Amino acid sequence: MNNSIAFWTIVTKEVRRFTRIWPQTILPPAITTSLYFLIFGKLIGDRIGPIGGVGYIDYIVPGVILMSVISHAYANVVSSFYSTKFQRNIEELLVSPVPNWVILAGYVSGGVVRGIMVGGVVTVISLMFADISIAHFGISAVVFILTATLFSLAGFINAVFADSFDDIAIIPSFVLTPLSYLGGVFYSVAMLPEIWQKISLVNPILYMINAFRYGLIGVTDVDIKFAFIITGCFIVVLSLFSLYLLKKGIGIKT
Amino acid sequence: MKALSIRKLTKKYNNGFEALKGIDLDVDSGDFFALLGPNGAGKSTTIGIISSLVNATSGTVTIFGHDLHKDRERAKTCIGLVPQEINFNQFETVKHIVQIQAGYYGIGQKEARQRTERCLKQMDLWTQRDTVSRRLSGGMKRRVMIARAMVHSPKLLILDEPTAGVDIEIRRSMWELMEEVNKQGTTIILTTHYLEEAESLCRNIAIINNGQIVEHSDMASLLNRLNMDHFVLDLAAPVKAAPHCQGYQIDMISERSLSVGVPKEQGLNRLFEMLTAHDIKVISLKNKSNRLEQMFMDLVGSSAEQGL
Repeated sequence: MNNSIAFWTIVTKEVRRFTRIWPQTILPPAITTSLYFLIFGKLIGDRIGPIGGVGYIDYIVPGVILMSVISHAYANVVSSFYSTKFQRNIEELLVSPVPNWVILAGYVSGGVVRGIMVGGVVTVISLMFADISIAHFGISAVVFILTATLFSLAGFINAVFADSFDDIAIIPSFVLTPLSYLGGVFYSVAMLPEIWQKISLVNPILYMINAFRYGLIGVTDVDIKFAFIITGCFIVVLSLFSLYLLKKGIGIKT
Repeated sequence: MKALSIRKLTKKYNNGFEALKGIDLDVDSGDFFALLGPNGAGKSTTIGIISSLVNATSGTVTIFGHDLHKDRERAKTCIGLVPQEINFNQFETVKHIVQIQAGYYGIGQKEARQRTERCLKQMDLWTQRDTVSRRLSGGMKRRVMIARAMVHSPKLLILDEPTAGVDIEIRRSMWELMEEVNKQGTTIILTTHYLEEAESLCRNIAIINNGQIVEHSDMASLLNRLNMDHFVLDLAAPVKAAPHCQGYQIDMISERSLSVGVPKEQGLNRLFEMLTAHDIKVISLKNKSNRLEQMFMDLVGSSAEQGL
Protein backbone atom coordinates (compact mmCIF):
# COMPACT_ATOMS: atom_id res chain seq x y z
CA MET A 1 0.00 0.00 0.00
CA ASN A 2 1.42 3.33 -1.11
CA ASN A 3 0.39 5.80 1.59
CA SER A 4 1.77 8.83 -0.26
CA ILE A 5 -0.67 8.19 -3.15
CA ALA A 6 -3.58 7.94 -0.71
CA PHE A 7 -2.41 11.13 1.00
CA TRP A 8 -2.17 13.10 -2.26
CA THR A 9 -5.53 11.72 -3.36
CA ILE A 10 -7.17 13.22 -0.25
CA VAL A 11 -5.29 16.53 -0.59
CA THR A 12 -6.12 16.84 -4.30
CA LYS A 13 -9.77 16.02 -3.63
CA GLU A 14 -9.90 18.67 -0.91
CA VAL A 15 -8.22 21.36 -3.00
CA ARG A 16 -10.48 20.60 -5.95
CA ARG A 17 -13.49 20.86 -3.64
CA PHE A 18 -12.78 24.33 -2.33
CA THR A 19 -11.44 25.75 -5.59
CA ARG A 20 -14.56 24.50 -7.40
CA ILE A 21 -16.65 26.70 -5.08
CA TRP A 22 -14.20 29.64 -4.97
CA PRO A 23 -16.95 32.29 -4.78
CA GLN A 24 -17.83 30.76 -1.39
CA THR A 25 -14.33 29.97 -0.19
CA ILE A 26 -11.80 32.43 -1.64
CA LEU A 27 -13.77 35.53 -2.62
CA PRO A 28 -15.52 36.40 0.69
CA PRO A 29 -12.28 36.93 2.70
CA ALA A 30 -11.01 39.19 -0.07
CA ILE A 31 -14.09 41.41 0.28
CA THR A 32 -14.21 41.30 4.10
CA THR A 33 -10.56 42.17 4.55
CA SER A 34 -10.74 44.95 1.96
CA LEU A 35 -13.48 46.49 4.13
CA TYR A 36 -11.38 46.00 7.31
CA PHE A 37 -8.44 47.78 5.75
CA LEU A 38 -10.60 50.53 4.32
CA ILE A 39 -12.64 51.24 7.45
CA PHE A 40 -10.34 50.33 10.36
CA GLY A 41 -7.09 50.98 8.56
CA LYS A 42 -7.69 54.06 6.45
CA LEU A 43 -10.75 55.87 7.79
CA ILE A 44 -10.43 55.20 11.53
CA GLY A 45 -6.77 54.18 11.64
CA ASP A 46 -5.52 57.59 10.51
CA ARG A 47 -7.03 59.09 13.67
CA ILE A 48 -5.65 56.40 16.04
CA GLY A 49 -1.97 56.95 15.45
CA PRO A 50 0.94 54.48 15.59
CA ILE A 51 1.14 51.42 17.86
CA GLY A 52 4.53 49.93 18.77
CA GLY A 53 6.20 52.43 16.49
CA VAL A 54 4.27 51.46 13.35
CA GLY A 55 1.24 52.99 11.64
CA TYR A 56 -2.11 51.57 12.69
CA ILE A 57 -2.92 50.02 9.31
CA ASP A 58 0.47 48.28 9.22
CA TYR A 59 -0.13 47.08 12.78
CA ILE A 60 -3.45 45.36 11.98
CA VAL A 61 -2.32 43.69 8.73
CA PRO A 62 -0.71 40.59 10.36
CA GLY A 63 -3.73 40.00 12.60
CA VAL A 64 -6.20 40.34 9.75
CA ILE A 65 -4.21 37.92 7.60
CA LEU A 66 -3.89 35.36 10.39
CA MET A 67 -7.55 35.74 11.39
CA SER A 68 -8.50 34.79 7.81
CA VAL A 69 -6.12 31.83 7.91
CA ILE A 70 -7.59 30.62 11.22
CA SER A 71 -11.21 30.85 10.14
CA HIS A 72 -10.71 29.35 6.68
CA ALA A 73 -8.42 26.49 7.70
CA TYR A 74 -10.97 25.59 10.36
CA ALA A 75 -13.98 26.04 8.07
CA ASN A 76 -12.43 23.95 5.31
CA VAL A 77 -11.87 20.86 7.41
CA VAL A 78 -15.01 21.08 9.52
CA SER A 79 -17.33 21.53 6.54
CA SER A 80 -15.56 19.05 4.29
CA PHE A 81 -15.21 16.25 6.83
CA TYR A 82 -18.73 16.76 8.18
CA SER A 83 -20.16 16.69 4.62
CA THR A 84 -18.21 13.49 4.05
CA LYS A 85 -19.88 12.04 7.14
CA PHE A 86 -23.28 13.46 6.20
CA GLN A 87 -23.22 12.03 2.66
CA ARG A 88 -21.70 8.84 4.07
CA ASN A 89 -18.84 8.89 1.59
CA ILE A 90 -16.54 8.65 4.63
CA GLU A 91 -17.30 4.95 4.09
CA GLU A 92 -15.11 5.07 0.96
CA LEU A 93 -12.17 5.83 3.24
CA LEU A 94 -13.13 3.50 6.07
CA VAL A 95 -13.48 0.50 3.74
CA SER A 96 -10.11 1.22 2.11
CA PRO A 97 -6.73 0.39 3.69
CA VAL A 98 -5.80 4.07 4.21
CA PRO A 99 -4.25 4.38 7.70
CA ASN A 100 -5.84 6.82 10.12
CA TRP A 101 -2.82 9.10 10.20
CA VAL A 102 -3.00 9.49 6.42
CA ILE A 103 -6.71 10.40 6.61
CA LEU A 104 -5.92 13.03 9.25
CA ALA A 105 -2.86 14.36 7.42
CA GLY A 106 -4.80 14.58 4.15
CA TYR A 107 -7.71 16.56 5.58
CA VAL A 108 -5.45 18.83 7.66
CA SER A 109 -3.26 19.51 4.62
CA GLY A 110 -6.38 20.45 2.66
CA GLY A 111 -7.18 22.99 5.39
CA VAL A 112 -3.61 24.29 5.36
CA VAL A 113 -3.68 24.75 1.58
CA ARG A 114 -6.90 26.72 1.82
CA GLY A 115 -5.36 28.77 4.64
CA ILE A 116 -2.35 29.51 2.43
CA MET A 117 -4.54 30.50 -0.53
CA VAL A 118 -6.83 32.73 1.53
CA GLY A 119 -3.82 34.17 3.42
CA GLY A 120 -2.17 34.88 0.07
CA VAL A 121 -5.23 36.70 -1.26
CA VAL A 122 -5.55 38.76 1.94
CA THR A 123 -1.83 39.57 1.85
CA VAL A 124 -2.09 40.85 -1.72
CA ILE A 125 -5.06 43.02 -0.74
CA SER A 126 -3.22 44.33 2.33
CA LEU A 127 -0.36 45.50 0.10
CA MET A 128 -2.82 47.84 -1.60
CA PHE A 129 -3.45 49.60 1.72
CA ALA A 130 -0.28 49.13 3.78
CA ASP A 131 3.44 49.33 3.20
CA ILE A 132 4.80 46.06 4.61
CA SER A 133 8.40 44.94 4.40
CA ILE A 134 8.72 41.51 5.99
CA ALA A 135 10.93 41.61 9.11
CA HIS A 136 11.48 37.86 9.64
CA PHE A 137 10.23 35.79 6.70
CA GLY A 138 11.08 32.41 8.27
CA ILE A 139 9.16 33.14 11.47
CA SER A 140 6.18 34.48 9.49
CA ALA A 141 6.04 31.37 7.30
CA VAL A 142 6.38 28.91 10.19
CA VAL A 143 3.73 30.67 12.32
CA PHE A 144 1.45 30.82 9.30
CA ILE A 145 1.74 27.07 8.63
CA LEU A 146 1.55 26.04 12.30
CA THR A 147 -1.55 28.17 12.88
CA ALA A 148 -3.28 26.75 9.80
CA THR A 149 -2.37 23.23 10.96
CA LEU A 150 -3.66 23.80 14.48
CA PHE A 151 -7.02 25.15 13.37
CA SER A 152 -7.40 22.49 10.70
CA LEU A 153 -6.99 19.91 13.46
CA ALA A 154 -9.54 21.74 15.60
CA GLY A 155 -11.96 21.76 12.65
CA PHE A 156 -11.44 18.03 12.18
CA ILE A 157 -12.32 17.30 15.82
CA ASN A 158 -15.40 19.53 15.57
CA ALA A 159 -16.52 17.61 12.46
CA VAL A 160 -16.03 14.23 14.14
CA PHE A 161 -18.34 15.20 17.00
CA ALA A 162 -20.86 17.14 14.88
CA ASP A 163 -24.28 15.57 14.39
CA SER A 164 -25.83 18.39 12.38
CA PHE A 165 -24.85 21.43 10.32
CA ASP A 166 -25.68 23.57 13.38
CA ASP A 167 -22.90 21.81 15.28
CA ILE A 168 -20.27 22.92 12.78
CA ALA A 169 -21.35 26.56 13.03
CA ILE A 170 -21.35 26.86 16.84
CA ILE A 171 -17.59 26.80 17.49
CA PRO A 172 -16.65 29.27 14.72
CA SER A 173 -19.39 31.71 15.78
CA PHE A 174 -19.18 31.49 19.54
CA VAL A 175 -15.54 30.56 20.18
CA LEU A 176 -13.24 31.25 17.24
CA THR A 177 -14.51 34.68 16.20
CA PRO A 178 -14.54 36.16 19.75
CA LEU A 179 -11.09 34.71 20.53
CA SER A 180 -9.71 36.07 17.25
CA TYR A 181 -11.10 39.58 17.82
CA LEU A 182 -9.92 39.52 21.45
CA GLY A 183 -6.53 38.12 20.43
CA GLY A 184 -5.11 41.51 19.58
CA VAL A 185 -5.94 41.71 15.88
CA PHE A 186 -6.91 45.39 16.07
CA TYR A 187 -5.07 46.49 19.22
CA SER A 188 -2.09 45.85 21.42
CA VAL A 189 -2.91 44.12 24.71
CA ALA A 190 -0.66 46.73 26.36
CA MET A 191 -3.52 49.20 25.69
CA LEU A 192 -5.85 47.19 27.98
CA PRO A 193 -6.31 47.58 31.76
CA GLU A 194 -3.99 45.24 33.70
CA ILE A 195 -6.70 42.74 34.60
CA TRP A 196 -7.73 42.36 30.94
CA GLN A 197 -4.11 42.04 29.92
CA LYS A 198 -3.82 39.02 32.26
CA ILE A 199 -7.08 37.51 31.04
CA SER A 200 -5.94 37.96 27.43
CA LEU A 201 -2.89 35.82 28.12
CA VAL A 202 -5.04 32.67 28.37
CA ASN A 203 -6.20 33.21 24.79
CA PRO A 204 -3.95 31.01 22.59
CA ILE A 205 -4.77 33.04 19.46
CA LEU A 206 -3.09 36.06 21.06
CA TYR A 207 0.28 34.25 20.91
CA MET A 208 -0.11 33.23 17.28
CA ILE A 209 -1.17 36.68 16.12
CA ASN A 210 1.68 38.32 17.98
CA ALA A 211 4.23 35.80 16.71
CA PHE A 212 3.03 36.43 13.17
CA ARG A 213 3.08 40.18 13.74
CA TYR A 214 6.66 39.85 14.96
CA GLY A 215 7.54 37.92 11.81
CA LEU A 216 5.94 40.51 9.53
CA ILE A 217 6.63 43.87 11.18
CA GLY A 218 8.92 43.04 14.13
CA VAL A 219 6.40 44.06 16.83
CA THR A 220 4.99 41.75 19.53
CA ASP A 221 3.27 41.80 22.93
CA VAL A 222 4.43 38.29 23.91
CA ASP A 223 7.56 36.14 24.05
CA ILE A 224 8.01 34.52 20.61
CA LYS A 225 9.54 31.31 21.99
CA PHE A 226 6.59 30.86 24.32
CA ALA A 227 4.22 31.42 21.39
CA PHE A 228 5.93 28.62 19.44
CA ILE A 229 5.82 26.28 22.46
CA ILE A 230 2.10 26.89 23.00
CA THR A 231 1.25 26.41 19.32
CA GLY A 232 3.39 23.25 19.11
CA CYS A 233 1.83 21.77 22.26
CA PHE A 234 -1.68 22.40 20.94
CA ILE A 235 -0.82 20.73 17.63
CA VAL A 236 0.60 17.64 19.36
CA VAL A 237 -2.37 17.30 21.72
CA LEU A 238 -5.00 17.84 19.02
CA SER A 239 -3.23 15.43 16.63
CA LEU A 240 -3.11 12.67 19.23
CA PHE A 241 -6.74 13.27 20.16
CA SER A 242 -7.82 13.19 16.50
CA LEU A 243 -5.97 9.89 15.94
CA TYR A 244 -7.62 8.46 19.04
CA LEU A 245 -11.06 9.46 17.70
CA LEU A 246 -10.31 7.84 14.33
CA LYS A 247 -8.99 4.66 15.94
CA LYS A 248 -12.08 4.28 18.11
CA GLY A 249 -14.35 5.32 15.25
CA ILE A 250 -16.07 7.86 17.49
CA GLY A 251 -18.63 9.81 15.48
CA ILE A 252 -17.92 7.87 12.29
CA LYS A 253 -18.55 4.20 13.09
CA THR A 254 -21.28 2.42 15.02
CA MET B 1 -8.70 -21.17 0.73
CA LYS B 2 -11.45 -19.39 2.58
CA ALA B 3 -12.32 -15.98 1.19
CA LEU B 4 -14.03 -15.17 4.46
CA SER B 5 -13.97 -16.84 7.82
CA ILE B 6 -15.95 -15.48 10.76
CA ARG B 7 -15.73 -16.92 14.25
CA LYS B 8 -17.87 -16.15 17.31
CA LEU B 9 -18.69 -12.68 16.01
CA THR B 10 -20.81 -10.59 18.35
CA LYS B 11 -22.08 -7.05 18.20
CA LYS B 12 -23.88 -5.28 20.99
CA TYR B 13 -24.89 -1.68 20.27
CA ASN B 14 -24.72 1.08 22.89
CA ASN B 15 -28.50 0.91 23.36
CA GLY B 16 -28.10 -2.71 24.49
CA PHE B 17 -29.42 -4.28 21.27
CA GLU B 18 -27.53 -7.49 20.49
CA ALA B 19 -27.35 -7.54 16.69
CA LEU B 20 -25.03 -10.55 16.40
CA LYS B 21 -24.93 -13.37 18.93
CA GLY B 22 -21.70 -15.18 18.14
CA ILE B 23 -22.01 -16.16 14.48
CA ASP B 24 -19.64 -18.45 12.56
CA LEU B 25 -19.53 -18.18 8.79
CA ASP B 26 -17.25 -19.48 6.02
CA VAL B 27 -17.20 -18.46 2.38
CA ASP B 28 -14.94 -20.33 -0.05
CA SER B 29 -12.71 -18.55 -2.50
CA GLY B 30 -14.48 -18.14 -5.86
CA ASP B 31 -17.92 -18.70 -4.38
CA PHE B 32 -21.09 -16.76 -5.17
CA PHE B 33 -22.58 -16.65 -1.70
CA ALA B 34 -25.98 -15.42 -0.53
CA LEU B 35 -26.39 -13.93 2.93
CA LEU B 36 -30.11 -13.64 3.53
CA GLY B 37 -32.32 -12.66 6.39
CA PRO B 38 -35.31 -10.47 7.25
CA ASN B 39 -34.89 -6.78 8.06
CA GLY B 40 -33.01 -6.27 11.33
CA ALA B 41 -31.68 -9.85 11.35
CA GLY B 42 -28.01 -8.81 11.43
CA LYS B 43 -27.01 -8.89 7.73
CA SER B 44 -25.97 -5.25 7.49
CA THR B 45 -24.16 -5.43 10.83
CA THR B 46 -22.21 -8.45 9.62
CA ILE B 47 -21.30 -6.72 6.37
CA GLY B 48 -20.50 -3.51 8.26
CA ILE B 49 -18.02 -5.38 10.46
CA ILE B 50 -16.41 -7.19 7.50
CA SER B 51 -15.95 -3.86 5.70
CA SER B 52 -14.75 -1.97 8.82
CA LEU B 53 -17.75 0.34 9.03
CA VAL B 54 -18.95 -1.17 12.29
CA ASN B 55 -16.82 -2.09 15.32
CA ALA B 56 -17.31 -5.69 16.44
CA THR B 57 -17.85 -6.35 20.13
CA SER B 58 -15.93 -9.65 20.00
CA GLY B 59 -14.94 -12.41 17.60
CA THR B 60 -12.65 -12.65 14.59
CA VAL B 61 -12.96 -11.91 10.89
CA THR B 62 -10.36 -13.33 8.50
CA ILE B 63 -10.29 -12.33 4.83
CA PHE B 64 -8.16 -14.50 2.54
CA GLY B 65 -6.09 -15.49 5.57
CA HIS B 66 -5.59 -11.94 6.85
CA ASP B 67 -7.04 -11.15 10.26
CA LEU B 68 -9.08 -7.95 9.95
CA HIS B 69 -7.89 -6.78 13.37
CA LYS B 70 -4.20 -7.76 13.28
CA ASP B 71 -3.47 -7.46 9.54
CA ARG B 72 -5.93 -4.74 8.71
CA GLU B 73 -4.26 -3.25 5.63
CA ARG B 74 -3.92 -6.55 3.72
CA ALA B 75 -7.38 -7.71 4.76
CA LYS B 76 -8.98 -4.46 3.60
CA THR B 77 -7.15 -4.51 0.27
CA CYS B 78 -9.02 -7.75 -0.56
CA ILE B 79 -12.48 -6.20 -0.14
CA GLY B 80 -14.73 -4.20 -2.43
CA LEU B 81 -18.06 -3.01 -1.03
CA VAL B 82 -21.22 -2.00 -2.84
CA PRO B 83 -23.36 -0.63 0.00
CA GLN B 84 -27.11 -0.63 0.23
CA GLU B 85 -27.49 3.16 0.06
CA ILE B 86 -25.88 5.64 -2.31
CA ASN B 87 -22.84 6.93 -0.44
CA PHE B 88 -20.61 8.67 -2.97
CA ASN B 89 -20.02 12.40 -3.16
CA GLN B 90 -23.01 13.73 -5.09
CA PHE B 91 -20.99 16.74 -6.26
CA GLU B 92 -18.16 14.77 -7.87
CA THR B 93 -18.13 13.55 -11.43
CA VAL B 94 -18.48 9.83 -12.11
CA LYS B 95 -14.86 9.63 -13.27
CA HIS B 96 -13.48 11.32 -10.17
CA ILE B 97 -15.48 9.12 -7.78
CA VAL B 98 -13.86 6.00 -9.22
CA GLN B 99 -10.39 7.54 -9.57
CA ILE B 100 -10.39 8.82 -5.98
CA GLN B 101 -11.26 5.35 -4.72
CA ALA B 102 -8.33 3.92 -6.72
CA GLY B 103 -6.08 6.47 -5.03
CA TYR B 104 -7.23 5.30 -1.60
CA TYR B 105 -5.87 1.87 -2.53
CA GLY B 106 -2.48 3.30 -3.46
CA ILE B 107 -3.01 3.07 -7.22
CA GLY B 108 -1.05 5.77 -9.08
CA GLN B 109 -2.77 8.37 -11.27
CA LYS B 110 -1.96 6.85 -14.66
CA GLU B 111 -3.08 3.37 -13.70
CA ALA B 112 -6.09 4.77 -11.83
CA ARG B 113 -7.22 6.50 -15.05
CA GLN B 114 -6.84 3.27 -17.04
CA ARG B 115 -8.70 1.21 -14.43
CA THR B 116 -11.43 3.84 -14.19
CA GLU B 117 -11.93 3.74 -17.95
CA ARG B 118 -12.10 -0.07 -17.92
CA CYS B 119 -14.57 -0.22 -15.01
CA LEU B 120 -16.81 2.53 -16.38
CA LYS B 121 -16.89 0.89 -19.80
CA GLN B 122 -17.73 -2.44 -18.16
CA MET B 123 -20.61 -0.72 -16.35
CA ASP B 124 -21.72 1.05 -19.52
CA LEU B 125 -21.02 4.41 -17.87
CA TRP B 126 -18.11 5.71 -19.94
CA THR B 127 -20.26 8.23 -21.78
CA GLN B 128 -21.35 9.59 -18.38
CA ARG B 129 -17.82 9.95 -17.03
CA ASP B 130 -17.91 13.74 -16.77
CA THR B 131 -21.46 13.91 -15.43
CA VAL B 132 -21.90 15.14 -11.86
CA SER B 133 -23.11 12.06 -10.02
CA ARG B 134 -26.26 13.59 -8.53
CA ARG B 135 -27.64 13.98 -12.07
CA LEU B 136 -27.52 10.23 -12.76
CA SER B 137 -30.54 7.93 -12.69
CA GLY B 138 -30.96 5.47 -9.82
CA GLY B 139 -29.70 2.54 -11.89
CA MET B 140 -26.64 4.46 -13.04
CA LYS B 141 -25.81 5.43 -9.46
CA ARG B 142 -25.87 1.76 -8.48
CA ARG B 143 -23.51 0.95 -11.34
CA VAL B 144 -21.17 3.76 -10.28
CA MET B 145 -20.96 2.11 -6.87
CA ILE B 146 -20.09 -1.23 -8.48
CA ALA B 147 -17.43 0.41 -10.67
CA ARG B 148 -16.00 2.14 -7.60
CA ALA B 149 -15.92 -1.13 -5.64
CA MET B 150 -14.15 -2.96 -8.47
CA VAL B 151 -11.52 -0.39 -9.41
CA HIS B 152 -8.84 -1.96 -7.20
CA SER B 153 -9.72 -5.49 -8.42
CA PRO B 154 -10.86 -6.88 -5.05
CA LYS B 155 -10.74 -10.62 -4.44
CA LEU B 156 -13.94 -10.39 -2.38
CA LEU B 157 -16.84 -8.26 -3.61
CA ILE B 158 -19.64 -7.61 -1.13
CA LEU B 159 -22.94 -6.56 -2.70
CA ASP B 160 -25.44 -5.30 -0.15
CA GLU B 161 -28.79 -5.30 -1.94
CA PRO B 162 -27.28 -4.01 -5.19
CA THR B 163 -30.49 -4.25 -7.19
CA ALA B 164 -32.83 -2.65 -4.66
CA GLY B 165 -35.10 -0.17 -6.38
CA VAL B 166 -33.85 -0.72 -9.94
CA ASP B 167 -36.10 -1.75 -12.80
CA ILE B 168 -36.18 -5.31 -14.07
CA GLU B 169 -34.13 -4.58 -17.20
CA ILE B 170 -31.25 -3.08 -15.23
CA ARG B 171 -31.55 -5.83 -12.63
CA ARG B 172 -31.15 -8.51 -15.28
CA SER B 173 -28.12 -6.76 -16.78
CA MET B 174 -26.61 -6.44 -13.30
CA TRP B 175 -27.13 -10.18 -12.72
CA GLU B 176 -25.23 -10.91 -15.93
CA LEU B 177 -22.48 -8.57 -14.83
CA MET B 178 -22.20 -10.16 -11.39
CA GLU B 179 -22.03 -13.63 -12.93
CA GLU B 180 -19.29 -12.46 -15.27
CA VAL B 181 -17.29 -10.93 -12.39
CA ASN B 182 -17.65 -14.15 -10.43
CA LYS B 183 -16.55 -16.25 -13.42
CA GLN B 184 -13.39 -14.15 -13.59
CA GLY B 185 -12.51 -15.41 -10.10
CA THR B 186 -13.91 -12.77 -7.76
CA THR B 187 -15.68 -14.15 -4.71
CA ILE B 188 -19.06 -12.50 -4.26
CA ILE B 189 -21.19 -12.17 -1.16
CA LEU B 190 -24.69 -11.00 -2.00
CA THR B 191 -27.45 -9.83 0.28
CA THR B 192 -30.81 -9.29 -1.31
CA HIS B 193 -34.50 -9.30 -0.63
CA TYR B 194 -35.14 -10.68 -4.13
CA LEU B 195 -34.86 -14.37 -3.32
CA GLU B 196 -35.23 -15.24 -6.97
CA GLU B 197 -31.94 -13.35 -7.44
CA ALA B 198 -30.16 -15.39 -4.77
CA GLU B 199 -31.62 -18.67 -6.04
CA SER B 200 -30.48 -18.12 -9.61
CA LEU B 201 -27.05 -16.61 -8.88
CA CYS B 202 -25.68 -18.14 -5.69
CA ARG B 203 -24.15 -21.54 -5.07
CA ASN B 204 -24.02 -21.35 -1.26
CA ILE B 205 -26.22 -19.64 1.25
CA ALA B 206 -26.49 -18.56 4.85
CA ILE B 207 -29.67 -17.34 6.45
CA ILE B 208 -29.38 -15.09 9.46
CA ASN B 209 -32.20 -14.34 11.85
CA ASN B 210 -32.19 -12.56 15.21
CA GLY B 211 -28.40 -12.31 15.11
CA GLN B 212 -27.81 -16.02 14.58
CA ILE B 213 -27.08 -18.16 11.53
CA VAL B 214 -30.10 -20.46 11.16
CA GLU B 215 -28.97 -22.09 7.90
CA HIS B 216 -25.57 -22.45 6.25
CA SER B 217 -25.39 -24.85 3.30
CA ASP B 218 -25.24 -25.13 -0.46
CA MET B 219 -28.24 -23.88 -2.40
CA ALA B 220 -29.03 -27.21 -4.12
CA SER B 221 -29.25 -29.28 -0.94
CA LEU B 222 -31.24 -26.56 0.79
CA LEU B 223 -33.82 -26.53 -1.98
CA ASN B 224 -33.93 -30.34 -2.04
CA ARG B 225 -35.14 -30.23 1.54
CA LEU B 226 -38.20 -28.37 0.44
CA ASN B 227 -40.85 -31.09 0.27
CA MET B 228 -43.81 -29.09 -0.91
CA ASP B 229 -44.45 -26.83 -3.91
CA HIS B 230 -47.25 -24.31 -3.92
CA PHE B 231 -49.31 -23.52 -7.02
CA VAL B 232 -52.19 -21.27 -7.96
CA LEU B 233 -54.73 -22.88 -10.30
CA ASP B 234 -57.00 -20.78 -12.52
CA LEU B 235 -60.32 -22.52 -13.14
CA ALA B 236 -62.53 -22.53 -16.22
CA ALA B 237 -65.74 -22.37 -14.14
CA PRO B 238 -66.44 -21.04 -10.64
CA VAL B 239 -66.54 -23.40 -7.64
CA LYS B 240 -68.44 -22.95 -4.37
CA ALA B 241 -65.89 -24.67 -2.11
CA ALA B 242 -62.40 -26.09 -2.26
CA PRO B 243 -62.57 -29.75 -3.34
CA HIS B 244 -61.21 -32.43 -1.03
CA CYS B 245 -58.28 -34.24 -2.68
CA GLN B 246 -56.50 -36.82 -0.48
CA GLY B 247 -52.79 -35.94 0.01
CA TYR B 248 -53.10 -32.33 -1.23
CA GLN B 249 -53.70 -29.14 0.67
CA ILE B 250 -56.25 -27.08 -1.28
CA ASP B 251 -57.59 -23.62 -0.31
CA MET B 252 -59.88 -21.27 -2.16
CA ILE B 253 -58.46 -17.93 -3.23
CA SER B 254 -61.59 -16.96 -5.16
CA GLU B 255 -64.40 -18.69 -7.00
CA ARG B 256 -62.14 -19.16 -10.01
CA SER B 257 -58.75 -19.81 -8.38
CA LEU B 258 -57.36 -22.31 -5.91
CA SER B 259 -54.14 -22.48 -3.90
CA VAL B 260 -52.69 -26.01 -3.85
CA GLY B 261 -49.85 -27.43 -1.76
CA VAL B 262 -48.31 -30.32 -3.70
CA PRO B 263 -46.02 -32.71 -1.77
CA LYS B 264 -43.03 -33.76 -3.90
CA GLU B 265 -43.85 -37.47 -3.64
CA GLN B 266 -47.39 -36.89 -4.93
CA GLY B 267 -46.73 -34.89 -8.10
CA LEU B 268 -49.30 -33.09 -10.24
CA ASN B 269 -50.75 -35.89 -12.41
CA ARG B 270 -52.80 -37.44 -9.60
CA LEU B 271 -54.04 -33.97 -8.58
CA PHE B 272 -55.40 -33.32 -12.08
CA GLU B 273 -57.09 -36.73 -12.11
CA MET B 274 -58.81 -35.94 -8.81
CA LEU B 275 -59.84 -32.46 -9.95
CA THR B 276 -61.25 -33.92 -13.16
CA ALA B 277 -63.23 -36.37 -11.02
CA HIS B 278 -64.67 -33.32 -9.21
CA ASP B 279 -65.58 -31.89 -12.64
CA ILE B 280 -63.11 -29.03 -12.19
CA LYS B 281 -61.30 -27.85 -15.31
CA VAL B 282 -57.93 -26.09 -14.84
CA ILE B 283 -57.01 -23.58 -17.54
CA SER B 284 -53.60 -22.48 -16.17
CA LEU B 285 -51.28 -22.83 -13.19
CA LYS B 286 -48.37 -20.84 -11.78
CA ASN B 287 -45.92 -21.10 -8.85
CA LYS B 288 -47.29 -19.31 -5.82
CA SER B 289 -43.79 -18.39 -4.64
CA ASN B 290 -40.31 -19.33 -5.67
CA ARG B 291 -38.77 -22.28 -3.90
CA LEU B 292 -36.16 -20.37 -1.92
CA GLU B 293 -38.78 -17.95 -0.71
CA GLN B 294 -40.77 -20.84 0.72
CA MET B 295 -37.69 -22.31 2.41
CA PHE B 296 -36.70 -18.88 3.71
CA MET B 297 -40.12 -18.35 5.28
CA ASP B 298 -39.99 -21.83 6.85
CA LEU B 299 -36.53 -21.31 8.35
CA VAL B 300 -37.11 -17.79 9.59
CA GLY B 301 -40.51 -18.77 10.95
CA SER B 302 -39.22 -21.84 12.79
CA SER B 303 -36.23 -19.96 14.28
CA ALA B 304 -38.63 -17.31 15.57
CA GLU B 305 -40.81 -20.01 17.15
CA GLN B 306 -37.75 -21.52 18.85
CA GLY B 307 -36.90 -18.09 20.21
CA LEU B 308 -33.57 -17.94 18.36
